[in-house]
Amino acid sequence: MSTIPIFADENWKLPSRGRVGMLSLIIGESAIFTIFVVAYVYYIGRSAYGPTPRILDVPYFNTVCLLSSSLTIWLAEHAIERGKIRAFGLWWAVTLLLGATFLVGTGIEWSRLIVVEGLTIRTNLFGTTFYSLVGLHATHVVVGLVGLSIVMLFTLFGRIEQRHAERIQVFALYWHFVDAVWVVVFTVVYIVGR
Amino acid sequence: MADQALPISGSLAATPSRGAALLEWLHAWVVTVDHKKLGILYVVYALFFLLIGGAEAIIIRIQLAVPNAHFVSPEVYNEMFTMHGTTMVFLVGMPMLFGFANYLVPLMIGARDMAFPRLNAFSFWMTAFGGLLLYFSFVGGFGLYGMGSAPDVGWWAYAPLTAKAFSPGHNTDYWALALIVSGFGTLGTAINIIATIISMRCRGMTLFRMPLFAWLMLVVSGLTLVTITPLTAAQIMLLIDRYLGGHFFDTQAGGSAVVWMHFFWIFGHPEVYVLVLPAFAIANEVIPVFSRKAIFGYPAMVSASVGIAFVSMAVWAHHMFTVGMTSVGNAFFVLSTMMVGIPTGIKIFNWLATMWGGKIRFATPMLFCTAFVLQFLAAGLTGIMLSVAPWDWQLHNSYFVIAHFHYVLVGAIVFCIFSAIYYWYPKVTGRMLSEKLGKWHFWLFFIGFHVTFDTMHFVGLLGMPRSIYTYEADRGWNTLNMIVSIGGIIQAVAVLLFVWNLVDSYLHGAEAGNDPWDAWTLEWSTPSPPPPYNFAIDPVVRSRRPLWDIKHPNDPDWKYER
Amino acid sequence: MHTGRSLSSIRYLLGLCFYLMLSVRIGLAQGPQAVPSTLAPDSTPAHEIQSLSHFVLLITGAIFVVVAGLLVYIVIKFRAREPDAQHEPPQVYGSLQVELAWTVIPVLIVVVLFLTTARIIFAIQDAPKPKSALDVTVIGHQFWWEFRYPKFGIVTANELHVPVSPESDPKPTYLQLLSADVDHSFWVPQLGGKTDLIPNHPNQMWIDPHHTGLYLGQCAQFCGVEHAKMLLRVYVDTPGQFAAWVKNQEQPGVRDAAVASGRHVFETQACVNCHTIAGTIAKGTFGPDLTHLMSRATIAAGAAANTPDNLRAWIKDPNAFKPGSLMPAMQLNDEEVNELVAYLSTLH
Repeated sequence: MSTIPIFADENWKLPSRGRVGMLSLIIGESAIFTIFVVAYVYYIGRSAYGPTPRILDVPYFNTVCLLSSSLTIWLAEHAIERGKIRAFGLWWAVTLLLGATFLVGTGIEWSRLIVVEGLTIRTNLFGTTFYSLVGLHATHVVVGLVGLSIVMLFTLFGRIEQRHAERIQVFALYWHFVDAVWVVVFTVVYIVGR
Repeated sequence: MADQALPISGSLAATPSRGAALLEWLHAWVVTVDHKKLGILYVVYALFFLLIGGAEAIIIRIQLAVPNAHFVSPEVYNEMFTMHGTTMVFLVGMPMLFGFANYLVPLMIGARDMAFPRLNAFSFWMTAFGGLLLYFSFVGGFGLYGMGSAPDVGWWAYAPLTAKAFSPGHNTDYWALALIVSGFGTLGTAINIIATIISMRCRGMTLFRMPLFAWLMLVVSGLTLVTITPLTAAQIMLLIDRYLGGHFFDTQAGGSAVVWMHFFWIFGHPEVYVLVLPAFAIANEVIPVFSRKAIFGYPAMVSASVGIAFVSMAVWAHHMFTVGMTSVGNAFFVLSTMMVGIPTGIKIFNWLATMWGGKIRFATPMLFCTAFVLQFLAAGLTGIMLSVAPWDWQLHNSYFVIAHFHYVLVGAIVFCIFSAIYYWYPKVTGRMLSEKLGKWHFWLFFIGFHVTFDTMHFVGLLGMPRSIYTYEADRGWNTLNMIVSIGGIIQAVAVLLFVWNLVDSYLHGAEAGNDPWDAWTLEWSTPSPPPPYNFAIDPVVRSRRPLWDIKHPNDPDWKYER
Repeated sequence: MHTGRSLSSIRYLLGLCFYLMLSVRIGLAQGPQAVPSTLAPDSTPAHEIQSLSHFVLLITGAIFVVVAGLLVYIVIKFRAREPDAQHEPPQVYGSLQVELAWTVIPVLIVVVLFLTTARIIFAIQDAPKPKSALDVTVIGHQFWWEFRYPKFGIVTANELHVPVSPESDPKPTYLQLLSADVDHSFWVPQLGGKTDLIPNHPNQMWIDPHHTGLYLGQCAQFCGVEHAKMLLRVYVDTPGQFAAWVKNQEQPGVRDAAVASGRHVFETQACVNCHTIAGTIAKGTFGPDLTHLMSRATIAAGAAANTPDNLRAWIKDPNAFKPGSLMPAMQLNDEEVNELVAYLSTLH
């Protein structure tokens, strides 16, 4: 191999595999969500009986929390790029808190829907598509929170350093994806569907 | 690390006992993250299930050889054709082709391993366990009919037959769960291949200098990301219906059976391209080497492959011409399906142009690839026939369709798989497969294939539908069915010969050396088998055929490539 | 040594000849055929499909002959021959002109094929419905066919009667396709392409058989255990025959005093939960209407001929010749079964 003449261009920089891998995962997950969204949209108004989307309250507070967590995680990424571990830890904790708040808020919303409105996944087609779509998203939030918690633990034990910035950014991509999906789900369920 | 022996402390003996050595050897295979070992595991796994899926096919053909046979009950028969299809697609096709990718892609791009070796291992084991779960269905669950609860709803599992009301046993559940599990494995491998190809190419290997095999695996992996996932989504919906009382496909509650069909075929059609593109990948490597010429039109081959992947996502409803779509809807899918035939046809022409003016050596790999070109041509043309919606209204769900897709799956894909095994077996094992046995294998399989699947087209034209455990004796299908079945037996003999070749050559085959075929891509520059680290020195390349450049220093490729 | 490529081209041509001979032999014959195949159309949709198929076959056949011929030529001409095999042949990396040519030509072929196909799609699917058309509602069940004639108020099962529709005086039958359970598909190859019966998704198709006689088909969408035995019999009648058949079907079930004990067995067993016999208390709709059972040539959707022995065997244990059928064994003793069969045998 060393007999091959090396050409003039010495710059051989390829995209980071973490980023490519995460982007690929996001593409795959987007396809799953697309199918659930398509089912939701197609089935709007087609429940033969039972509660309709009019019983939904728009979760403004939850949404604000989740979408701001994208901002705070970005601030955390910004901090660790510059080696500011304390600031990183702070913003990371806020992100975690906001995400957890969203989840708790979803739980409260579901509790009201189930107990007061009598809407469960088996009640009717609307119940099925609603809980499936929102639930699929919530599952992804849970996974994100687990990841956030692990990193939080590492940070509290002083194990996170500036050189981990790249990996943090890769994880943050996932979190941004979860937020982006919420924008779509929110629009479809609470705006278009109602 | 995984390739080194376990430290055995406190042992006085100079060598470990045979039992301990065996255990170590097994342990190395179980914990490996080496892409080569995982590639071999995938291929061996797939070959094992090829035999099982083949046995299921033989059972089907024995039952159908004569009318009103009682070889198996209808319940068992329905399990056989469901499992045959599911096995061949998910436990043979996908693992085999991803196994090849696993083994070859890092070697071809001059990398040390895949981008995520542990994800690689995880993906293999997910796929493997998914398959085992699927087969556990034969013995597990409360079988309603005494043959366990193997899936029996067709590999397409149409709703509402799969609803709890119509499939009360666990058959459908095994189908959905096993495929969800193995689907995660497939997704992981696809992500891995993409990251490897994008991020780990050796110096000088731009995307347009990669072997076409790598290009096609990149395209396939990208397609897989958006193909397998709709199936996973639909299967989750099915399980929600079956276990949480959901109504996705509950037509009494406003749900729709047609929605399942759409979702399934949005997966199902691109899936067949996920299976056939790697076959093209293999042909793209074998045909040039045995014609002694560079592939004709490399950039066109890349664009055609990417084009196929995109258009293939827009043709799915040609599986649904009979469900009552509007005339405009039907016409759209006729057009998109015919359009996907264009880049596919172009590839055939490029292969012919590669062979044109060459000096073709018909060793076993090339025999299989040449037959592939012919059979893929025929398969593509019967595909065009099926894309003509009104004709499809007759041919849909008949044996004509089965003949068509077996022409692709066996005539194109399995033939390329055999070609690939004969071609790369020397690299993987360091030994050559027997040419003599190879030729016997080829001719027997070729003859058996044509006896079965050429005939099958006619019995479909004569009105025989698919998925039937028996047929009336006075419909004129008897002789043709017998012929089809006989061809199956011939193919089975050929495959057994092949397995014998694999085993015998491993023990007694001629030594292969680095580069037995006088080929041109990077994998042939390593010893056979390659060391765990692949390349002692990271390669640097300047053209699409680095070894050609070394062998022809006065006439290297980089002088001519666009 | 000859490789097999030329052999299989010959095989293809032989196959093509076989197909054409079959086509011609079957196609020239009129009316229902022993082999009820797509190659013996006897109804306008089936004819249109066959004409289209010939055109498509011509084009695809020509493509196959040319390309396969090229392959055969290449395999023979460019085989490596010693000692010339030592040197590599000239390397050709591509040619824009050639690649453009073999892209443009397929595009043109596709355009032609598509336009031809689209025309036939619209001709069949969107054909205007004439006033003389007969309406039949087809309801698919696991594993039998229900036929309702709304205009006459008739309900029957498994054997469809339609009037002949000569080209001079068309009287097509329009089938409304529904399903009571899972997906099915109505396929009588000689009379037209198939259309699926999907629950909660009504479909429609039409046939206009040109000759009288019995046409055969079967369910063409896997619907469960006994999908293979969900057969179809379409009787195409002359106007006189059809009118007579309708008149008979409109009558209530024959009430023969001689078989009163059998009728009593029927009415007191669970039979009435699933079956209807007009004029009795039996009004079940889960199973086929039995009012005119004896007007049918087969039972169990074609699984067996309609003879007293088969009826007896069927009632005693439906799983004997249609295992997985949804009719339960009624646990009757021999005497009851005989009386029942005697009664059913009077239901003409």
